[in-house]
Amino acid sequence: MAKRVGMEVGIAAAEAVGMCNIDMAAVYPITPQSHIAEHLSEIVADGRIDAEFVTVESEHTSISCVSGASATGARVYTATSSQGLLYMHEILPIVSAMRLPVVMANANRAISGPINIWNDHSDIMPQRDAGWIVFFADNGQEVVDMTIQSFKIAEDDDVMLPICLNMDGFQLTHTVELIEFPDQKEVNKFLPPRKPFATLHPDNPISMGTLGMPEIYAESRKSQDEALKNSKKTILKVWDEWEKMFGRSYKPVETYLAEDAEILLLTMGSMSETAEIAVDELRKKGLSVGLVKLRLWRPFPFEELKAAVKKAKLLIVTDRAVSFGGSGGPVFIEIKSALYHEKERPLVYNSIIGLGGRDVAVTDFIKLIEDAAKAGEKGIIRDYEFYGVRG
Amino acid sequence: MKKKKWPETWQEINPGCMVFEPASARSYLTGSWKAQHPVWDDSKCIKCGICYIFCPEGCVSQDEKGFFRADLDYCKGCGICAHECWPGAIKMVEEG
Amino acid sequence: MNIIENFDLFAPRLVDKKEYFCSGHRACQGCGEALAIRLMCKALGPDTVIANGTGCMEVISSFYPTTAWDLPWIHLAFENAAAVGSGVEAGLKALRRKGRIPDRDVKVVAIAGDGGTMDIGIQSLSGAMERGHDMLYVCLDNEAYMNTGIQRSSGTPMGAATTTSPAGKVVPGKQEWKKNVAEIMVAHNVPYVATACHSYPLDFMNKVKKARKVKGPSYIHCLSVCPTGWRSASEETIKLGRLAVETGIFPLYEVEDGKYKITIEVDELRPVEDYLNRQGRFSHLAPDQIENIQDRVYQEYNKLMDKVNGLHSWSDLKYEWGLFE
Repeated sequence: MAKRVGMEVGIAAAEAVGMCNIDMAAVYPITPQSHIAEHLSEIVADGRIDAEFVTVESEHTSISCVSGASATGARVYTATSSQGLLYMHEILPIVSAMRLPVVMANANRAISGPINIWNDHSDIMPQRDAGWIVFFADNGQEVVDMTIQSFKIAEDDDVMLPICLNMDGFQLTHTVELIEFPDQKEVNKFLPPRKPFATLHPDNPISMGTLGMPEIYAESRKSQDEALKNSKKTILKVWDEWEKMFGRSYKPVETYLAEDAEILLLTMGSMSETAEIAVDELRKKGLSVGLVKLRLWRPFPFEELKAAVKKAKLLIVTDRAVSFGGSGGPVFIEIKSALYHEKERPLVYNSIIGLGGRDVAVTDFIKLIEDAAKAGEKGIIRDYEFYGVRG
Repeated sequence: MKKKKWPETWQEINPGCMVFEPASARSYLTGSWKAQHPVWDDSKCIKCGICYIFCPEGCVSQDEKGFFRADLDYCKGCGICAHECWPGAIKMVEEG
Repeated sequence: MNIIENFDLFAPRLVDKKEYFCSGHRACQGCGEALAIRLMCKALGPDTVIANGTGCMEVISSFYPTTAWDLPWIHLAFENAAAVGSGVEAGLKALRRKGRIPDRDVKVVAIAGDGGTMDIGIQSLSGAMERGHDMLYVCLDNEAYMNTGIQRSSGTPMGAATTTSPAGKVVPGKQEWKKNVAEIMVAHNVPYVATACHSYPLDFMNKVKKARKVKGPSYIHCLSVCPTGWRSASEETIKLGRLAVETGIFPLYEVEDGKYKITIEVDELRPVEDYLNRQGRFSHLAPDQIENIQDRVYQEYNKLMDKVNGLHSWSDLKYEWGLFE
């Protein structure tokens, strides 16, 4: 019988990695990911798992290091945040193009300018086109579950793509939550040792990371795009398997009271739970509101999203990042473009909230939705707004 | 493994552009690059192997009698072997 | 047939005939770096994994769908040859310990050019060497960013003309002295550091074999002549490497646990002009500039000889209490 414990989510993430029999991890510290790195190093130093723990000298090196290890057939893990993720930016597309199943935790933190260590999604949004599978976890339980699932999905022969699991820095990584750790034997059944597709070993010499001339580059990119789109099948299959074994269900797009809602709010990450409370309050006031939670960011879940929002009249997309000079936040741009050709689609608004760790309370959500509802009633087309900015 | 026709389709391309066949560069014959090629005078050759060791292409090898010859399919005509040969047994002769 | 392990015998034809870096690669005619790789691979043998940084050698050897390598090989990006090498080493170590790969020694060798080692790659090199991975790092130094078109790097010698340090009317070529990365490696307490050149093939191969045996980090800095970038005749590649050593511009030595030893003795240094006037990249130098270079070469050589004569091996040094009272 699995035990529920109160644990800081960052520590729990490291514990989850410890259950996965990894072979190697390379980490470089950055707030707010440091607790994951620290606890993982304790797990290795205490001999609870047999893995190589490499304390590298930069994030660029940490991603290069785990990629090199992954190429030898090892199961690898790394974690980073904000500036660190941006420093890795050069290598991220290479890892996915080389089809190396690296699993990485990203403790979402605002990117610099001005420097800010608190939570928002501006670090992961610029990595949108890197070709990685990207998940968002809403709470500590999801962090643990999805960490274990990520290894299985990434290493599957039909996928062979790296995965970035996002968890809100501080808001999630440094909060203590009740988490039920699955039984180690069950995890071992769910996640067998890695059987790599191709490895670096003299018994079978291959060359990885070759030069692609113009004649072949486009084919290589298309093949990678198809692989990423195709990976959704495996993601759904693994989530299905998880539900059967551990009883918790995961879907690319989750909804809360959205079936008959006229107004929908869309969130990603840990603020979804706050938004649920706001939805309940507004329902009591008589407003027909529902919540749509996006869990899978890449490959983008087009069918599920369209199905979730098609009956609504108004969809308010919340973004926690800015696309300067563009038509709105990155999630808004993605959703609008996904819905463009649909015959049945809601009016879409965009509110940029929670930048740089600014708290978004239940009252903020209520105000945001009520304001949008008033405008939505009249069918006004609204530009994106920075919610709650003074001036 | 089935022989693929070049250029490959997106379905055929190896994942990650990995190359599974080692030393497959031998299919590209660099011999067409040369403007001159080495000719050995066996009467002067002392079979020391200097030409063999200094060839950047690695295309110089010994025949059954132990004398050295360049594989003209790969020789780029750089002239290092002729320049380094101590007894002067190698001469570079222009192509064509 | 396998051969002679003892390279003290100067018999090139007895060296291992197997080519791990095969013909058909697309290096320029007379490429010293390609020769260096070919020799290095012969000395390493088949139980090796190569982590290559972007550069001439990576580009000419790995045109998809072919590869010139008969060894497992990985390339990721420009500056992370050492980082990828560290990862491969850590991965192989863990897998071997857990019994998932055969239990035998496989050496990881990271190679990169001078730009990818001394400039953009210095961070990952320093990190990897400090962490003490069981990895050999070979820097193939052709003294500029050759693959991108002969631009100046910190490995370019003083006075050389490159496309970003051209011989202009006001500034005649590169004004800074060549960065000495071998010394940086000795300062990292790397147990085996050596300089080598393809023009002394058996010395180079001996050093590679020695470095391969080290259980820990090792570093070899190999001068590779580039006729294209140095504007020299393609047949003089080997001769120029020899001249670099004989003029004292690139002395060949090895440092084992801090003890310096010259491996190719030069009784009397030749004047630097013998080396400089065979290369187009130095053709703009005035006699006083050449004299400057000559003076600096003597100075650097004397610095090295000081270390050869004066420094002890680290394992010989014993701390004595009260030494500084």
